[in-house]
Amino acid sequence: MFYIRVTVRDALNQAMDEELERDERVFLLGEEVAQYDGAYKVSRGLWKKYGDKRIIDTPITEMGFAGIAVGAAMAGLRPICEFMTFNFSMQAIDQVINSAAKTYYMSAGRQSVPIVFRGPNGASAGVAAQHSQCFAAWYGHCPGLKVVSPWSAEDARGLLKSAIRDDNPVVFLENELMYGVPFEMSEESQSKDFLIPIGKAKIERQGNHITVVSHSRMVSLCLDAAAVLAKEGIECEVINMRTIRPLDAEAIETSVMKTNHLITVEGGWPQFGVGGEILARIMEGPAFNYLDAPAVRVTGVDIPMPYAKILEDNSVPQIKDIIFSVKKTLNA
Amino acid sequence: DRKCDVHKLEEGPPLQAVLTREEGLQYYRTMQTMRRMELKSDQLYKQKIIRGFCHLYDGQEACAVGIEAGINLTDHLITAYRAHGYTLTRGGTVREIMAELTGRRGGIAKGKGGSMHMYTKHFYGGNGIVGAQVPLGAGVALACKYLGKNELCVCLYGDGAANQGQIFETYNMASLWKLPCIFICENNKYGMGTSVERAAASTDYFKRGDFIPGLRVDGMDVLCVREATKFAAEHCRSGKGPILMELQTYRYHGHSMSDPGISYRTREEIQEVRSKSDPISMLKDRMLSNNMASVEELKEIDVEVRKEIEDAAQFATTDPEPPLDDLCNHIFYNDPPMEVRGTNPWTKLKSVS
Repeated sequence: MFYIRVTVRDALNQAMDEELERDERVFLLGEEVAQYDGAYKVSRGLWKKYGDKRIIDTPITEMGFAGIAVGAAMAGLRPICEFMTFNFSMQAIDQVINSAAKTYYMSAGRQSVPIVFRGPNGASAGVAAQHSQCFAAWYGHCPGLKVVSPWSAEDARGLLKSAIRDDNPVVFLENELMYGVPFEMSEESQSKDFLIPIGKAKIERQGNHITVVSHSRMVSLCLDAAAVLAKEGIECEVINMRTIRPLDAEAIETSVMKTNHLITVEGGWPQFGVGGEILARIMEGPAFNYLDAPAVRVTGVDIPMPYAKILEDNSVPQIKDIIFSVKKTLNA
Repeated sequence: DRKCDVHKLEEGPPLQAVLTREEGLQYYRTMQTMRRMELKSDQLYKQKIIRGFCHLYDGQEACAVGIEAGINLTDHLITAYRAHGYTLTRGGTVREIMAELTGRRGGIAKGKGGSMHMYTKHFYGGNGIVGAQVPLGAGVALACKYLGKNELCVCLYGDGAANQGQIFETYNMASLWKLPCIFICENNKYGMGTSVERAAASTDYFKRGDFIPGLRVDGMDVLCVREATKFAAEHCRSGKGPILMELQTYRYHGHSMSDPGISYRTREEIQEVRSKSDPISMLKDRMLSNNMASVEELKEIDVEVRKEIEDAAQFATTDPEPPLDDLCNHIFYNDPPMEVRGTNPWTKLKSVS
């Protein structure tokens, strides 16, 4: 088996590069994506290779450029619209929801919108309240959107390629703290047509005692917690959601019917969130009868993100919180 | 022939235009069709056969018809919610427009869009959120430039929308990137119930694009609109970037069918426009006084139009509503069939592309 180590950032960069090469209609626009090489260097080298026509620096006007991207998608192009962070997408959210997501339905199939909105989502490090919100639940709420949340480099590569090739609006939630993390990638995953299907979760670690469902950076913490718990004889099945919408409820149900216990782990706020949706689905589906204890959610603390390191660290789930919740659930 | 006010332009559109008999008859027919279609919709709305929002275009016909006469069907166009007239000029039929208003399966959006969400080829609606269509239109123009087919996008908005921030963001990008975009402000003097003087610190909408050249045009005269549009199209196609046109026009109806339209303006004002500046009357008088058509000929067109509207209304009131199994379709394009949750966990509905 041949493996290479690739960071999430490089995986995203390569995916965009290959898709730009493959289809002339694909182009990237956003703040600093061209000459700055990307605020987080995700689009490094692309402007040099593809030029002004395909890699477009925009003024700081999210509502305007998101609308322009949607219009371009309606007229036959395949834009990748970068939000420097998804916090800024709130300025443009009307274009994402009302102009992109709903149009295929309102037009009864006449007008499709093949667009990808991508950028870092959720908490970072020390960027405080206005720059740390997780938008998975907000976008995951809306019919007409696909919402993807990759964790590993392989996820990033395969899901971004799928998102770009998808003929529908896709919200692609990256994570700034994951950009620099290297992962081993198989030879197979280096193929130019390596695609990960949107809407299918992946079992990152098999286990029999409890199902732990997560997305994005929190998957790393779940795996770390699982390693600690394994030493005490508790085997966690860690599921990486990969996609927020459509949610792979079946994968979660199958796992719960095996383990009889469930916790969800996310960085976002608890109320009306991703975990809330998963728990509701489990209640309503065949797995409910297999639960030996109530399913619970591990989430970010229900506050705006503070700045001081000690406060910030205690505003998001830590490995010890996951371990604690697993043990509570198993003892319940 | 009338001179347009210009902004950041050396000269405006030509002062004179040639109207052929053929063109005149076609503009007359289309404007009359538009007028009768809107009046019929008014009737159907009052009979509660049309419901929800219904924003009628009567009075503004010269804008839609004049613009289309200045561009090609291969060009692109987007507007806001007062869109029935444009749906017609962009290739929709009266039948499918009216059936969409009555929410039937034969509607142009299969009954799923309604008054504000009608689409045809190279016509991107019909948009309900004030101002949102303007960045979209610039995006269409970006695609036109990118694909290199010498097409342009006409991007319409009203005097109310003209104060929206996203429009100024769009002016900036369209100008920076020289997008082939004709921005058109249909100034009908009122944003819902708010007159232009009460909404805008500057009512010179043709100048609001600042660095974008602009023209102010009599929007009640179909020939003025056509010539201005041709001038603007030439500007865009020659690679000079965007241009802005303000069309001074008037709507006879209130903002929508729920607005009688007389609490913020006088009946006298409406009557004055009808008697002095009605676009259809003006064209008719021009053609008659130049012996381009006879009274009988125009009457015959009126009769044909009336019949077309009656037939369409008949269809729109008898065509069945969409089937319930269409409820969840058209969520995604080019996707395999999927399940959609109904109102309760036991109801699983089917969705196909």
